Amino acid sequence: MHSFILRRLGVMALTMVSLTLIVFYMVNLEPNLKKLALNQTNNRASAVDVEHWLQANGYREPFFKRYAEWVGVWPKDPSVDPTTGKPAPKFGFCSGPTTRQVSGVLQGDFGCSTKFRTAVSAKILPALAATSKLMFWALATVIPISLLMGILAGMREGTPTDRTLSVLSIVTTATPEYVSGVIFTVIFASWLGWLNGSAASATGQGLTFYNFALPVMTMAIADIGYIARMTRASMVEVMTQQYIRTARLKGLSFPRVVLKHALRNALITPFTVIMLQFPWLLTGVVVVETMFRYQGFGFILNEAAANNDIDLLLGCSLVSVVVVLLTQLISDIGYVYLNPRIRVQ
Amino acid sequence: MQLEIIGWFNIAVAVLGRFWSVWITMAVWLAFSIRFRKHLGLYGDLFRTGVGLSGVVICLFWLSTAIFAPIVAPFDPISQIAALKGALPGTIVPDGSGVYYFGGDTLARDVFSRMVYGSRIVMSIAPSATAFALIAGIGLGLPAGYYGGRVDSVLSFFVNLLLAFPVILLFYLLVTPDVRELSFDNWFSEATGIGVSISRSFAAVIFLIPIVFFLTLFHTRYKSRPERYYLLIGATILIGAWIYAGVIFDADPVGVMHVSANYLNIFVGVVLGSSPSVFRIVRGLVMDIKTRDYIAAAQTRGESAWYIMIWEILPNARGPLIVDACLRVGYTTILLGTLGYFGLGVPPDSPDWGTAIKDASRLLRAYIHPALPPAIALMSFVLGLNLLADALREESLKD
Repeated sequence: MHSFILRRLGVMALTMVSLTLIVFYMVNLEPNLKKLALNQTNNRASAVDVEHWLQANGYREPFFKRYAEWVGVWPKDPSVDPTTGKPAPKFGFCSGPTTRQVSGVLQGDFGCSTKFRTAVSAKILPALAATSKLMFWALATVIPISLLMGILAGMREGTPTDRTLSVLSIVTTATPEYVSGVIFTVIFASWLGWLNGSAASATGQGLTFYNFALPVMTMAIADIGYIARMTRASMVEVMTQQYIRTARLKGLSFPRVVLKHALRNALITPFTVIMLQFPWLLTGVVVVETMFRYQGFGFILNEAAANNDIDLLLGCSLVSVVVVLLTQLISDIGYVYLNPRIRVQ
Repeated sequence: MQLEIIGWFNIAVAVLGRFWSVWITMAVWLAFSIRFRKHLGLYGDLFRTGVGLSGVVICLFWLSTAIFAPIVAPFDPISQIAALKGALPGTIVPDGSGVYYFGGDTLARDVFSRMVYGSRIVMSIAPSATAFALIAGIGLGLPAGYYGGRVDSVLSFFVNLLLAFPVILLFYLLVTPDVRELSFDNWFSEATGIGVSISRSFAAVIFLIPIVFFLTLFHTRYKSRPERYYLLIGATILIGAWIYAGVIFDADPVGVMHVSANYLNIFVGVVLGSSPSVFRIVRGLVMDIKTRDYIAAAQTRGESAWYIMIWEILPNARGPLIVDACLRVGYTTILLGTLGYFGLGVPPDSPDWGTAIKDASRLLRAYIHPALPPAIALMSFVLGLNLLADALREESLKD
């Protein structure tokens, strides 16, 4: 088991390095750098000035050297002000190192956000906290509803309840967030007026049912159908097993058989599925947070990409990649613990 | 100025009337399908259940709408009639040239016509992108599952790399105008004079996979039958090279093929976002099937590895793959909508459903009617495909 986890961690590290290299390459493409330089020199700079700015701030250094500096395994030179020749921060709004020192992601220095004009870590951490609230409430809605739907549908296959719930879950899987969000907003905010169509106030004034129910509903609806279908399939399979028949023949009541014997075995698949939902939730988070203007991780990822905010985008990709890889690892380990039949070599 | 508005009942009747060409096509098609369903195999079995029938009807509806879009839509999807900005559903155009059945959007375009034309964009990209994703996933999943060991580890590593990329981030990085820009400052362009961009390079690889796949397909089967062999190999190379030149380098000698850089970019993004999961499915299926006796028999006969993969394993994996293809077209449609929703890749005035939803959702407080038609269109099409997949799964499990 330990060697399994160690090997997985090794592959994870390799994946992380490769992915950040790819993202680093993409955000540092020539047009992106030019845009950043123009942005920083007030959009009036000539081609020579742009080149000058890029030179002075180290963007013309070799690719791998800059990557190593970003990661924090190679010392970073301070930027030099071209007029005075003295070290100066790269961006006026957040302090950079003034001496040659190692300062990268490994040291906790994620760089500077040009869009929000602050340090990247100062922006990402609160955003992650906000998103985890959204994720928590979404999962707190999804898990009970979808498991209940799946178990009710799967315990008696082929009944009208099963058919209705199955069609219902197909409908919800067919509805992406940007569609359900629009439909819910129209129904609950525009027509009925029960809920607020924007969660912008949730950041400042705290969460209320009024401003937070719509984003949570929208996040939840796309996942409910999928997990319910997985649970149903797993439940149907368990209900055909010999030990269920034995329990029934022993004279146990049907609810007792379902609760005591079937449920635990039927929940193995949904567990993995729920864990593997996190990468999907991430895309959903970007859509939902942009739609309802909720200042979470998805919102800043969207802003970073739209405004070509290089450091922020790198930080966001790092976070999302770590999240995805960690959930994969946890789901693998959890699967092994839940299912003793699987042995890891 | 007071605009005349027709009532809800009149709108419904008129809209149903606009679709007359679609109704005729569907009626003919369904009549034939139901008449001959006994001879149509898996497709004919779909008509036995309500779920399958409704899936076929919905998909057929959107397919024929896409084909007959110019007949169905009363207006051009990007033409504006200034007086009808945000007009309510059923507003009559002042000069009497028609009716805005579902109202006008914030740029005074006809919501109904845009919805109809939006189906064309979905229909032209989603199925073909799915086909490429399937072939790429199959082409890499077969050896990974069959050989196992190191081949599997290396291929799986790359695929997991793609899977660990959140789709939305992939789109942001890949489907932006900057990435599309052609660069000439590298060894390849200096040698050939052809501009290079990241999406073009990816497309070059993605389009190569089907050609190689079909070459292997024919090579393994017809090697001993020269008259067929050279014909098939020649045809594959010819057609492959033609499509390749037209799509990737925009240099089709005949001048028929042309794919704008925009759509090539979207195409690459969607294929990359969707092929890793095909790979996982194929790999799992192959690992299961390769333990069967008929595979051992083929190995004993001395068949080559690729012959076994393509002609023995693949046909036996077709059931789950057909179901997955159906679901995947729906998923690709959702991805296309996501791209449109974030305004990535598509031109801002494009009538595709994602863009329309984005435009409308920003102004939901002022007008709600432009948001609903594209949202419901997208949802119903994906729903139709999911119902179809569900029915196919049920039917293929029966045997």
